[in-house]
Amino acid sequence: MSAVFEGGAVAAPLRGRRAEVWSAVISNRLALGGLVVLGLLVVAAVVGPTLAPYGVNEQVILDRFSGPSWDHWFGTDDLGRDVFSRALVAARGSLQVGAIAVGIALGLGVPIGLVSGYYGGATDAVLMRLMDIVFSFPAILLAIAVVAVRGPGLGNAMIAIGIVYMPIFARITRGSVITVRSEVYVRAARSLGATDARILRKHILPNIVAPIIVQTSLSLAFAILSEAALSFLGLGVQPPQPSWGRMLADGRGFIKQAPWIGIFPGLAILATVMAFNLVGDGLRDALDPRQKSVIESRGQNV
Amino acid sequence: MVIAMFGVSVIVFALVHMIPGDPVRNSLGTRFNQELYDRKRAEAGLDKPLLEQFVRWIGNAVRLDLGESFRSNRSVTSVVIERLPATLSLALAALVVALLIALPVGLLSAVKSGSKLDYAATAASQVGVSIPDFWSGIMYILLFALTLSWLPPSDYESPLNDPVEFLRHLVLPAVTVGLVSGSILTRFVRSAVLEALNQDYVRTAMAKGLSDRQIVFRHVVPNAAIPIVTVIGLQLGFLLGGVVVVEVIFAWPGVGRLALNAVGDRDYTVLQGAVLYLAFTFLVVNLLVDILYHVIDPRAELS
Repeated sequence: MSAVFEGGAVAAPLRGRRAEVWSAVISNRLALGGLVVLGLLVVAAVVGPTLAPYGVNEQVILDRFSGPSWDHWFGTDDLGRDVFSRALVAARGSLQVGAIAVGIALGLGVPIGLVSGYYGGATDAVLMRLMDIVFSFPAILLAIAVVAVRGPGLGNAMIAIGIVYMPIFARITRGSVITVRSEVYVRAARSLGATDARILRKHILPNIVAPIIVQTSLSLAFAILSEAALSFLGLGVQPPQPSWGRMLADGRGFIKQAPWIGIFPGLAILATVMAFNLVGDGLRDALDPRQKSVIESRGQNV
Repeated sequence: MVIAMFGVSVIVFALVHMIPGDPVRNSLGTRFNQELYDRKRAEAGLDKPLLEQFVRWIGNAVRLDLGESFRSNRSVTSVVIERLPATLSLALAALVVALLIALPVGLLSAVKSGSKLDYAATAASQVGVSIPDFWSGIMYILLFALTLSWLPPSDYESPLNDPVEFLRHLVLPAVTVGLVSGSILTRFVRSAVLEALNQDYVRTAMAKGLSDRQIVFRHVVPNAAIPIVTVIGLQLGFLLGGVVVVEVIFAWPGVGRLALNAVGDRDYTVLQGAVLYLAFTFLVVNLLVDILYHVIDPRAELS
């Protein structure tokens, strides 16, 4: 009997809502547009290297600085490399860093928020103070410091961005836990003898998952923006692997002579970030109309 | 607040001391010899245990003495202070740009919610929050400096030397940062005003027969102001500390670029000083916002 109560009662309405949420997101034209862009990006990330018309590091010196044309859609750079091929292949690194960084932020932030909100008191005070301290570092500077300690590279950029976004997840989770922790179903589970860990996992987490999902999409947008900024500064993705931020930095010196080297990677970043923002906003409207977006709660770009 | 500042100091100290590389050896370069090296290390206190170094550093930091730069042998406090005019002027100018956009657009967008204007404003702010500022900055340089030659592409001019040139140099970086901030704020102003518009007191005011203008400015704006002030404060905190990349693009001599260069130079003391300053500014601005919050809304409790 208790299995039916614990498993079924909480999860069933959630499953019923999934189709509802999905159709709400699909019917939102902006969110749908975002989903389409994300779909294309995932395709680029998975099969980009085979689709690319040229090799990412294939240099044709005679073709340096040639503008966009049928042969080179986005033109070529100072070494005669095809900008379109490089931008296409760079999608993988960008999505990878974004996904893993937000995974780290989720993996650290959500448990901290759960414990903090559920137990309250001194535990809560200490954990939230810690989060405040991490939060008070300028995001990009904290990332720069982490990269300075651990050396530049993709892995360290992910860790750095993950740490920067951890407090947002901790705060959102904590706030949601506080609103549900004294609900009847939580008290019922406790009176049936469920352990704290079980209550958190089976009863509280499924009920607060909506704001966390929304936050995940919006954070992906910022994580990708941060990765691009770090790579722009030479602290993220390292050559020869192409990255949008790095391409932009390399193209900066030739901006007057060959603006396309910098314009297209920037547009790629803009499209990706905007797609995640639109999907996040669409999800928020569908899941939880009263929640403020990360943009409003964090109020920060890079 | 004091606890937070202490925590920030511990993290800054720990992070900076985890950076691999030896600043003394670096600063000596080819002049390296063991005796000089040992003496320099002892002068900087680097031969002492970490805890002792930390206590000494904190003790001095409280008296605004952040030690000496390994690179230039100058006092870190004066190196940081030297960068303040650039950082402060950029942050304030960007905030002005942001507010000039966000307040009118956000308010109109909410009052005329669902209209074409609202739709256009929402779309524009969606682009604004998604745009990488280090890209838009380069695009502005390309358009306004390199192509049209209206404004200088980069560098900073002191307002004491030449106020007009100072402003001309300030425009592009301020607009680059301000447009992003402005987009974030616009969204926030819109949602705060919309929320205030849906309250009972607005319905009451309408029932009393007040004009739209009276309702908006007497009832909606003061109530929407509370959350808006918080976000403006947060934005200012970030602007004072977070525009490293834009400073790099415009060769703007602010504290963010100082910190970034210090990473490259392995100049521990300068990095510590700069990051400490930036994090503290954020904390102080937050505290001020908390106090202001209390002034605007006496119901709020000071945290």
